[in-house]
Amino acid sequence: MSMFGLFKRRGSAPVARERLQILLAHERTARGKPDLLATLREEILALVARHVSVEDDNVQIKMDCGDTVSTLEIDIEIPNSKGFRALSCNAVSNRA
Amino acid sequence: MAKVVVVTSGKGGVGKTTSTAALGAALAQAGQKAVVVDFDVGLRNLDLVMGAERRVVFDLINVIQGVAKLPQALIRDKHIDKLWLLPASQTRDKDSLTEQGVATVIRELRTRFDWVICDSPAGIERGATLAMRFADAAIIVTNPEVSSVRDSDRIIGLLDSKTEKAEKGEQIEKHILVTRYDAPRAARGEMLTIEDVLGILSTSLLGIIPESEEILRASNLGSPITVSNPSSAPARAYVAAARRLKGENVPMAISNDKRRLIERLFGRRAA
Repeated sequence: MSMFGLFKRRGSAPVARERLQILLAHERTARGKPDLLATLREEILALVARHVSVEDDNVQIKMDCGDTVSTLEIDIEIPNSKGFRALSCNAVSNRA
Repeated sequence: MAKVVVVTSGKGGVGKTTSTAALGAALAQAGQKAVVVDFDVGLRNLDLVMGAERRVVFDLINVIQGVAKLPQALIRDKHIDKLWLLPASQTRDKDSLTEQGVATVIRELRTRFDWVICDSPAGIERGATLAMRFADAAIIVTNPEVSSVRDSDRIIGLLDSKTEKAEKGEQIEKHILVTRYDAPRAARGEMLTIEDVLGILSTSLLGIIPESEEILRASNLGSPITVSNPSSAPARAYVAAARRLKGENVPMAISNDKRRLIERLFGRRAA
């Protein structure tokens, strides 16, 4: 490596440090606690199932874990014949 | 009052066994009565690193199962007076370790020694959790490298939740031992620095063991580094770490082998 390149090149260690800080911040919040989004998903589905019968095929679940905000999106199709309109439930929660 | 210390890391190959042997030897060389205990059932290696592989008759599992008494399984070191080894079983599997059995053996070791140094297997399963279970203090061996630091963080989480001390609401003493550290590379931004590692893990530092060819030489010879080459940089670093473990205030210095330092200086200029 030339002397020039030696001074210009940014070390890879700062990248390692940043990647670790972000990753571990995530892993530490998840550690030991029950998964909040998973709990919400189970309970919301159980609640809906108490009132209408829901087929597995008619449920769409999307979860996205972000840095400050995570989203849980549950779409449940309920047949109109039962007297209900199709309903969509969006839950947005701050990740603990 | 005996102290039980677990040497752990999560990740394999970072230097747990080497560090257990070196710290046990350094403590014994300083006049403390020490025993090093291999918890890696099925993959024992502490006996080999200590040069005692041909003297193993009974092991930890034999003692737990009542086949042998503890004194029958303890192997006295050939070179150091106050150093003993309790080997793991090579033929059994890790399920032979029971919590009750480990508790009994640790309790008995406490009455016989000043220091009980437990060499944990890699991973976070039974062997690793039992090795840390009854410890008063933990040495987390960490390489300045992303996967090792991540696994150390995980192990710190386990130490704070799964040990007997943690369950009683007490704090287990935790120390980071950075091994395979290459100060010039860290200075060039090519390797995580000590500050990086400590900052990320928020845990105090026990010592810095420099990367050194002497470590392989010591394991080749089956002799802890503090015995095979006491004046080498890693040996001095282990001796300093052992003194800190005893509670002495020893300034932290990154030692290097002089010959290598000169080599590096010229090597860099030529590059």
